[in-house]
Amino acid sequence: MEPVPPGVVRAIGGRFVDWLPALAVFALGLALWQGLTTAFNVQTFLLPKPTDIATAFWNDRGTLWDYGLYTLKEAAGGFAMGCSAGILVALLLARFRGLGLALLPFAIAANAIPIIAFAPITNNWFGLLNPVSKMVIAAVLCFFPTMINTLRGLTSVHPSSIELMRSYGGGELAVFRRVRIPNALPFMFTGLKVSAVLSMIGAIVGEYFGGPTNALGVSILNDSQLFDFPRAWAGIMLASAFGIAFYAAVSVAERLTTSWHPSARTFRSE
Amino acid sequence: MSAPGRVVSISGLTKSFKTGVTALQEIDLDIRPGEFVSLIGPSGCGKSTLLRIVGDLVQPTSGTVLVNGKTAHRARLDHDYGIVFQDSVLYDWRTVSRNVSLPLEMLGWSRARRKERVREMLELVELTGFESNRPWQLSGGMQQRVSIARALSFDPALLLMDEPFGALDEMTRERLNMELLRIWEKAASTIVFVTHSIPEAVFLSTRVVVMSARPGRIADVVDVDLPQPRGAETREQPRFFELVTAVREALAAGGRGQPAPTLPAGTEERY
Repeated sequence: MEPVPPGVVRAIGGRFVDWLPALAVFALGLALWQGLTTAFNVQTFLLPKPTDIATAFWNDRGTLWDYGLYTLKEAAGGFAMGCSAGILVALLLARFRGLGLALLPFAIAANAIPIIAFAPITNNWFGLLNPVSKMVIAAVLCFFPTMINTLRGLTSVHPSSIELMRSYGGGELAVFRRVRIPNALPFMFTGLKVSAVLSMIGAIVGEYFGGPTNALGVSILNDSQLFDFPRAWAGIMLASAFGIAFYAAVSVAERLTTSWHPSARTFRSE
Repeated sequence: MSAPGRVVSISGLTKSFKTGVTALQEIDLDIRPGEFVSLIGPSGCGKSTLLRIVGDLVQPTSGTVLVNGKTAHRARLDHDYGIVFQDSVLYDWRTVSRNVSLPLEMLGWSRARRKERVREMLELVELTGFESNRPWQLSGGMQQRVSIARALSFDPALLLMDEPFGALDEMTRERLNMELLRIWEKAASTIVFVTHSIPEAVFLSTRVVVMSARPGRIADVVDVDLPQPRGAETREQPRFFELVTAVREALAAGGRGQPAPTLPAGTEERY
């Protein structure tokens, strides 16, 4: 019955003009990179020219793309595991405050552990060629930001909002369903967006410690060891592009589900 | 057990906090159907706490509260309360009409019935046309009107209002005062209204309960015999000023602390 919310249009990318400044900076950066590496005759193994990287990618586009997709799948798997665990734990901690008080210090302490150092160990646990070994690294990286942001959203509820539900005879379940969870959505998406990027990093780094040859991280590592730096750079660029695309996909999902949020729309006065 | 002809029946009510502060002491108060009772007093006199105890949102230390002859807890589970806070407490993720229908959803009303009632309520608070707006797109006064529509949507036996217009500017406040009186007459509800504005309390109420602070107790009850229906001219009647003065003096007397009032007449001038 409601018209298509204007948030949807914004979600898909907004107006082209809004992107112009960023595009200009991007083009300028590429031009400077190209110009300076050419002018100072920078060695390829130090920093290849953008055109060299582009050529390397183009020559091997099919293979690199497939490698990228393989790694993206690992990242997405880890993202799904880590984020759902993070949301679940946040719900439990918000519901049972005592549990939160007991466990939260450990969760915060655990966040200080350099998770990436566990990559060789998960490779050992799940097998070098098993994608699960990389997913676990990505999942552990995603868990904390999702959990802590969701928890903040679930708990930063105006006390009157809860009194209101109580005045209608609503219990804990009603408070969660109608107040805490909707209130937590924008916070949760902040965590998910951070996690989207982290999951790609986790997968790539996991692959550095060994993995199948059709994985992007393994390919980048091999290329640099074989002094094929333009191809290694092409791999890095592709990994970044996939990371950004993943982030953008989560952003679109955010805009679609939280189009009600004041930040999503313009003001209308009385 | 039930007190006939009483919507609210409070006796011997005391509330002490863990910190040792006595917020309310020995409160006795009866409210009849259709009354508009204001609770007024200095900050910290426990008027909001008293309202929350009536609404079963805060538990008293001792004493009893009966609402329609039931315990406050039973009354809450029976959906006897409509509550309006100082903050409109509208949910941003719901449109205006879905905010109004929130209590109806919780009561399990059918979609068609909800839709019809929401339409009526928005008409009552003069917000027809804003159904699909988001709360943050409305002005403060409009938000508070949505909040009132939501509180009245399910015909609660008792409307509890905790400084509902406290955050609004004077002009909006006076306009909403008039509107509230119109709604009160139309909905024939019983209202308990917390405020710290003396003219507001006198203008709206049939009875003003004046409270004193530390410990919070009832210092005086002023019956407001201004004729109904009230309008802009009510505020210009000599009787209105007399009653405002009476409430102000009762507040000043209560402010001196108990036991009161034992000071000789004429001492008020010093305050």
